[in-house]
This record gives sequence, C-alpha cells and structure tokens, in this order.
Amino acid sequence: MKVEVKKEKLSSLVLNLNLSLNLNFNLILEVGMLSLIKGAWAVLLHMFSPRVTIQYPEKKPYVPPRWRGRIILSRDPDGEERCVACYLCAVACPVDCIALQAAEDEHGRRYPGFFRINFSRCIFCGFCEEACPTYAIQLTTDYEMSEYKRTSLVYEKEDLLISGTGKYPGHNFYRVAGLAIGGKDKGEAENEEQPVDVKSLLP
Amino acid sequence: MQIMRQLEIIVGILFVLTTISAGLIWLERRLLALWQDRYGPNRVGSFGLLQVLADMVKILAKEDWTPPFADKPVFILAPAIIMISAFMSFAVVPFAPGISIINMDIGVLFFLAMSSLGVYSVVLAGWASDSKYSLLGGMRAAAQMVSYEVFMGLSLMGVVILAGSFNINEIVGAQRNLWFIIPQFPGFVIFFIAGIAETHRLPFDLPESENELVAGYHTEYSGMKFGMFFVGEYLGITLISALIATLFFGGWLGPVLPPVVWFFLKTFVFICLFILFRASYPRPRYDQVMFLAWKIMLPLALLNLVVTGAIVLIKTG
Repeated sequence: MKVEVKKEKLSSLVLNLNLSLNLNFNLILEVGMLSLIKGAWAVLLHMFSPRVTIQYPEKKPYVPPRWRGRIILSRDPDGEERCVACYLCAVACPVDCIALQAAEDEHGRRYPGFFRINFSRCIFCGFCEEACPTYAIQLTTDYEMSEYKRTSLVYEKEDLLISGTGKYPGHNFYRVAGLAIGGKDKGEAENEEQPVDVKSLLP
Repeated sequence: MQIMRQLEIIVGILFVLTTISAGLIWLERRLLALWQDRYGPNRVGSFGLLQVLADMVKILAKEDWTPPFADKPVFILAPAIIMISAFMSFAVVPFAPGISIINMDIGVLFFLAMSSLGVYSVVLAGWASDSKYSLLGGMRAAAQMVSYEVFMGLSLMGVVILAGSFNINEIVGAQRNLWFIIPQFPGFVIFFIAGIAETHRLPFDLPESENELVAGYHTEYSGMKFGMFFVGEYLGITLISALIATLFFGGWLGPVLPPVVWFFLKTFVFICLFILFRASYPRPRYDQVMFLAWKIMLPLALLNLVVTGAIVLIKTG
C-alpha cells in the first residue's frame, strides 16, 4: 500500500518535472532564442539610423519662444521703462530672488530705483512674468548664463533693462491706465472717457 | 638568444593586451552609443580616442580607499587575481605561428584552469569587502561561474575530439581545411554563452547587477583596485573572443593578410559581439541563469560531446 502511494507520488513528480521542463525548454527555444537574435539584429541595425544627440556648443537645439530663460526688463514703445515698481514680482517670487526699490520721477511716473535679480537663486518659474501688471518683466529664450563667480550672477537694473519692448510690441501701460501723470491727464488714455463731474446735477 | 626572443614576445604581448583592454573602454562606450543612437565620448582627441588617457589619469589619481571593516590582505589580493589569471591564460593563445608564449600540450586545460582561478577573485572580493551587497554579488558569482565552468569545458571537448589534441596550436592546424564552427556549431554557441557568463558580462552580469546590488562584488572598491577589476573584465572579453576565434574560426589561418592580422580581426568581431549583447539584452533573473546552465546548456553540451564522439568513432572505423 505504502509503496504504491510513493510510486504514484514519484510518477506525478516526474511528470510535473517533465512538463515544466518541456514547457520552459520550448519557451526558451521558440520564443527566447529567436527573439533574442531578432533583438540583437534590431539593435545592430541602429548603426545606420541617425543619432539623436545634438552636438551642443557647435549646434544649438531648438528653443520654443515661450522658453523660460534669462529675465529682462522691457521698455514701452516710447523708450521709457515699463516697470512701475509695484513689487508684485518680488512678492510672487517663490525663492525671493528679486529685490527692488520704488522711486518717482518729476512727471509722477513710478520706476524702480534699483532692480536686482539674483540668478543663482532664480528657478525660472515665470511667476514674476505672470504677476507683472505692465508686461515689464519678461523671460527670454537665453539659457547660456554660466559664470565663474557667484556674484556675477547678480544682475542689476542696467544688466536687466533692454532697449526694446519684448513680447508685447505695442503695449504702453500709462496709455491704457487711468492714472494721471505729467503730459497725460485724466481721461486722456486710450478708450477712456472724460471723468464725470460728480458735483454737477446735469447729466 | 632564444631567451631574449621569448622575453620580447612576453613583453610585446603584455603591452598589446594592456593597450587593448584600455582601448576597449573607449570602444565599448563608442559602440554602445552607436547602437543607442548617441555619440559617446567624441571630444577628447580625434574620435574621442584620448578619452582612454583621460580615464586612466582619472582612475590613477583617485583615492585608493580600503574600508576599515574590510579584510585587508584579501581585499587587496582579490583584484590582482583576476588580472593575473587573465594574463596567464593568454600564455597559451597562439597569436600567429611562432608568436605565443608557451606551446603547451594541455593548452585548453590550462586555459580552463586559469579561468577557474578567476572565480576566486570575484568571490574573495565579495567576501573581503564585508558588505551585504558585495557578499550577495560574490555569492552569485560563485554559483554562476562554477555552474558555467562545467559545460564550458565540456563544450570544448568536441573541438578536442575533432583535433585529437589539447594543444591549441594543433587545434588551429587541424582547421586548415574546415573551421570547427561548422562541425561544432552547438559547441560554439555553448562556449560563447559560457564565456559571457565567465566574464560576467551582460546579460549574465548578475554578480554586479547595479540596479539591485549597487555594484555587486566591487561595491567597496575604488581607485586603481576598481580599475584592475575593469581591466580584468576587458581582458576576459579579449581572452574569450581570442579563444572563440582560435578554437572555432581557424585562429590565424586566412588568405592574403598576415596571420596576426587575421587573428586580431577575428577576435575583434567577437569583442564587438560581446558589446552588441550588452547593448541588446536585459539581465535574466538569478534562477533563470541557473536553469539555463544546468537544465539546458549542460545536457546540450553532453549531447554534443556524445554525438561528436560517436561520429568520429564511426569515421575512423
């Protein structure tokens, strides 16, 4: 009795072993070996396909126009600074890399007395550009800003200011804003009506 | 005079081998890049060839750090073993008629013995490092290399039967009419697979699988000791490729070109094949490696041996 049971167990064991062996063997020979050779062949054929690497300093990669690179301060079409020193960019900056001081000229126009961006801290998130109400601060497509000294990465206002208008060619903040400055009184902005005399009863 | 000639050959072969194993670092990186649509090192010198020099300067200038918890003598000995055993194996490889260090009657056996010694290097490195990753790598290396050693020897026996000699020079001579790749194709495939496993190259690089064992058996090594493992690995590739070329592809036999050129040309093809395998294959699981060794390759090698023996017996009548 006992011997028979053992025999049965043994034979089933052998059968299982055989099955698994055959299965694996076939698997490796039919699927494995052939696909291995096919795989190596496919890799070998890559010898003739073009390389995807761009040889950087000699060849520049394509940079989309909305790239968030070096930050600049733009001017309006009349050549005046757009920045009105509202501090919104400094507030929006998550790493506190923007520092500025407001000042006012004889026409009543606000402008930054100094404007400093520490590019060793800047993370190029573009929040300052989003926060700016006058389109003054803008991010550009320039990313080649390496320096040998950390202090060289602190850009002052004269480093940041450009002579052009940047991404918004026709925009002039003081022309569309209702604020009165020297040479432009209330009601003289574009699409602005003359102020209503609230003390008069007549319409 | 005879001694001077011998010394010249020894120094020449050592020089050539060291240059090759250093140049292979560059070749491998460039070829891998080529097959992966990249460039690889191409800046230092023309085609990046001076990268080899830069790499060597770098690895020689690095701190040679022996961890305080390591078993110092063994830790230092281990990388030396792999280089010595690889260099020793080259003693029996005939580069061309007249250019070989020893013409040994048991050349094939000597090579097998030396490649078995190479196992010690990896196992001792894993053991002496006293770190769990190194130990795991060493354990895997021990099991893998011992298993693959078994049928590595058996796969060569078909060639030995056909040539009727263990002398590698005579084996090359016996291929004058027909390369052994044709009658011994299964033996070639089995030897190649075993050779990849012996040099623990991808896809059989389980002893150093970097994504699970950091760097396996040489995790704790740095500087030139690590460099010696590297050189040992490249020497191993060259050795296996050279042996495949000699035992199955007629060695230095070939028309027109001088024998040395034929030898290096054939060896070069197999070195490139090693690198191609690295570029294409993923690493199998550990049990799959063992399965392949004991349940498929060993029976196949035995079958090859028996069939070859039977055919030779019938032919000689």
